Amino acid sequence: MISFSNVSKRYPGGQEALSNVSFSISAGEFVFLTGHSGAGKSTLFKLIPAIERATSGSVIVNGQNVSAIKVSAVPFLRRNLGLVFQDQKLLYDRSVIDNVLLPLSFSGFAPKEAARRARAALDKVGLTAREKANPIELSGGEQQRVAIARAVANRPAILIADEPTANLDADSAASIIDIFLAFQQVGVTVLIATHDVSLLGGAGKRVLKLEKGRLMAGREAA
Amino acid sequence: MSVWVSQHVHAMGAAFGKLAVQRAASLLNMLVIGIAISLPLGGYVLLENLQGVAARFSLEPQLSLFLEAAVKPADRDALERHLRNEPRVGSVRFVPRDAALAELKKTEGIAEVIAALNENPLPDAFVVKVRNVEPQQLEALAADLGKRPGVGHVQTDSGWARRLAALIDIGRLAILLLSALLATGLVAVTFNTIRLQVLTQREEIELARLLGATDAFIRRPFYYLGALQGLVGGGIGLAILAGGLHLLNRGVRALSQTYGSDFAFTFPLIGDALAVAAFASLLGWLGAYLSVSIYLRGIQRQ
Repeated sequence: MISFSNVSKRYPGGQEALSNVSFSISAGEFVFLTGHSGAGKSTLFKLIPAIERATSGSVIVNGQNVSAIKVSAVPFLRRNLGLVFQDQKLLYDRSVIDNVLLPLSFSGFAPKEAARRARAALDKVGLTAREKANPIELSGGEQQRVAIARAVANRPAILIADEPTANLDADSAASIIDIFLAFQQVGVTVLIATHDVSLLGGAGKRVLKLEKGRLMAGREAA
Repeated sequence: MSVWVSQHVHAMGAAFGKLAVQRAASLLNMLVIGIAISLPLGGYVLLENLQGVAARFSLEPQLSLFLEAAVKPADRDALERHLRNEPRVGSVRFVPRDAALAELKKTEGIAEVIAALNENPLPDAFVVKVRNVEPQQLEALAADLGKRPGVGHVQTDSGWARRLAALIDIGRLAILLLSALLATGLVAVTFNTIRLQVLTQREEIELARLLGATDAFIRRPFYYLGALQGLVGGGIGLAILAGGLHLLNRGVRALSQTYGSDFAFTFPLIGDALAVAAFASLLGWLGAYLSVSIYLRGIQRQ
C-alpha cells in the first residue's frame, strides 16, 4: 500500500531530513511512526500526499510513484488519502459538518450523498450531536475528531496522521487511537506519526522508529 | 447529475454565498460597475438616436438654386446650359414652381397653409448635385452660381446634416474611448474585489489544495463571482439608462412637439441590452481570471 525505497529528502537549506529510508506497509496494516521531534516524521508524512517530493528514492502509494507524480495528478492522489494534520487545519468560519463536507465538495458528490457521507463520518468519531457547532466551541479532543471525520469522509483506503494526539490529555489521546484502530478493523491502512511512546505499547502494533532521518530497526509487534 | 454539472452548481452556489456574506460591499461594487456602464451606454444611445434624425436627410452635397420670380426664359436656359457644362456639377434637375408646390402639398400640415394662399409663392429651382464634397469648394460654387443672372438665392442644403454627421462621428469616437477606459475600470474593480476574496480565503484555499481540490475547482467560484458581479452591474447600468431616458424623454417630447415631431429617445432593443449585460459579465470574468491567476500563484502550492 505504501512503500519507501532508499528515500532521501534534503531541504534547500542543505539539511538532510531523511536518509535512505526504506520500508513497506501492506494493505490493512496499522503502523506507528515514532521518533524525537526533528527526527523526520513530519517530512516522511509529507512525502506520502506529495506535499513534499523526495530528493532521491521512490515513494509508492497505492501503486503510484508519488515522488514522480505530475502536479495535475496530485489532487486525485490526495482524494484517496485520509490526511490528519498536526495543526488540524479546521476552518473556524463554518460549522463542524461544513468542515467535513469540504473534501466531499471536490469529488462531485450530489449534496444529499455528500451530507450522508459527512454524517456517517461524524458518527464514526462520535460527534453526530455537534454537527452544527463551530469547531471553536469544541474541546481539543473533539476538534481532533472533526479533523479525522474530514479525513475519512471520502472513504480513503489509507489514513495517515501527523501527531494526532499532540496537546491532548492521556484519556483523549487513547480515545483518538481507538478511533484509528476502529478504521483499521474495517480494512483501512493506518499510519500514525507520534513522538508519544506511551501510545505505542497499548495498541501492540508495528512501530517504525526514525532517528535523525534514519530508520532504526523496526520493532515489530504481534 | 454529472460531476461536471454538480461542480458548477457548487461553484455558483459558493459565488452567491460570497455575495451574500459581503452584501454591502458587493452591492457598492455592482453599483460602481453599473454607473461605469451607464455613462458610455447613455452616450451611445443619445448618439444613435441623433443619427436617426440626421439620416432622414440626404448627406450628399446638394445645392438648390432658386430663380428670381421674374426670370426671363432666356436667362433660365443659359443658366441650365452653364450648369450642364460646369465640371464641378454632377447632375442637374429642374423643378418647376408648379411641381414644387405639388410636392409641398404632400407634406402634412402644410397643405392647409398653401390652400389659404391665392397664388403659388414658390420660384422655379434647379437642384444641383455637386461632384466635390469639400465644404469650401461647395461654398465657392454656391457663390459663383449666385452671381449669375436670374438666380435669386442659392442654398447649400445638406451642410448642416453633414456637420451633424461629422459631430456624431466625433461623438462616437469619444464614446468608444470612454467605453474602453470604463471597461478597463470595470476589470480593475473586479480584479480588486477578487484579490481581496482570494486573500481572505487564503487558509481555505491552502486546505482545499491539501485535501485534493483541483486548481479548476478552486478558481471556479471566483470566476462565477466576477461574472456575476459584472452581470448584475450591467443590469444596474441598463436600469440607470432606462430611468434616465424616461426622465429625459418628458422634456424631449414636449420640445419635439413644438417642431411637430414625435421624436423621443428610444431604449436599445432587448438584444442590445442583453449584449451589454453579457459584455459586462465577460469583463467581470476577465477581471476575476487575471486576479485569481496572479494571486493564487502567491499562495504556496504544496
